[in-house]
Amino acid sequence: MALVDSLTSALESMPGGGIILTSMDALADWSRGQSLWAMPMGTACCAMELIAASFSKFDFDRLGTFPRPDPRHVDVMIVAGTITKKMQPAVRRLYDQMAEPKYVIAMGNCAVSGGIFYYDTYSVVRGVDQFMPVDVYITGCPPRPEALEDGVLQLREQIRTRSLAEGRSYERELTLPGLETDRAGTTDAVRPVGDAPARTSSGAGGTL
Amino acid sequence: MTQREGESGLEYLRRKLCSVYPDLCPLFSIEYADGVLLVPREGVHGAAVNLKALGFERFGFVTAVDRGARFELVYRLQSAEFGAGLFLKAEVPRDDAVIDTLTDVWPAADWHEREVYDMFGIEFRGHPDLRRILLPDDWVGFPLRKDYEDDSVIPRPDYI
Repeated sequence: MALVDSLTSALESMPGGGIILTSMDALADWSRGQSLWAMPMGTACCAMELIAASFSKFDFDRLGTFPRPDPRHVDVMIVAGTITKKMQPAVRRLYDQMAEPKYVIAMGNCAVSGGIFYYDTYSVVRGVDQFMPVDVYITGCPPRPEALEDGVLQLREQIRTRSLAEGRSYERELTLPGLETDRAGTTDAVRPVGDAPARTSSGAGGTL
Repeated sequence: MTQREGESGLEYLRRKLCSVYPDLCPLFSIEYADGVLLVPREGVHGAAVNLKALGFERFGFVTAVDRGARFELVYRLQSAEFGAGLFLKAEVPRDDAVIDTLTDVWPAADWHEREVYDMFGIEFRGHPDLRRILLPDDWVGFPLRKDYEDDSVIPRPDYI
């Protein structure tokens, strides 16, 4: 990625430099899609299918998709489960800590749209695309691991065919309305624990 | 006092309760194969201390029911000695929803009482750390109250 970026200024001024650049671009995009390490953002029952996908029967390791519990190690965040309003800032913060280029798979109806919690619910975010960009949507309640596999392959295809000229994920992200981006976790977007409500209790002391 | 031959755990509980704490005896009943002890709200802490001494060493949960003008608090207690559970119930008025905490009797009550505070806005007097547990700290209102209203809720249409 860095090679392609630094070559741009040198090659574009040369006659025929664009051909070399697109070839480098294609190589980078192809290789990036072969090893999509995944951040398993499992918050509900979809996580069971996500876990099953990693083990021997479905074996996502053969796709190059491997669960890592650290946002700084991964390329794609797989949001598998209901995201509540309390969870939302934490998910967003983990997304912001991921290194570019980064992708998001919304797995299951809750992550796509809120699912069965769309109506009559006070606490659920109606889809993770309300607060971060999503590349692949997988419906199902929950989707089977085969559907997740199809989603990973579709993401790989997207990465392979999406040229740098058409915009990377973070460029699309900046076009999302009404978002305060918290780049690399430099500011504390997560509500501090000690920020307590007006306490009605009179005799109770104690802070955390 | 020990359980008699052929006596159910609940019958044994009633016999022992009436023998050891006669003032709690008239408050006790058996409903749907479970013991129920309905106490006034001033007496809930004393009843809890007595019940723990009687053999209810395990605190199951506490929840509340919105009855309109009042809230009904429901404590679930369990006992290995009786092989039975008990619902300890107390009612508080809606406009003065305060009750004594049971965290000093069963430490397990801590987070359960915080949840009831979070969802119903019932204050537990003497609780060491009474703040919201499930919802964000800056949440307005108590969602499980029947009169709760929230602009972000989309009502379910009839055709679904």
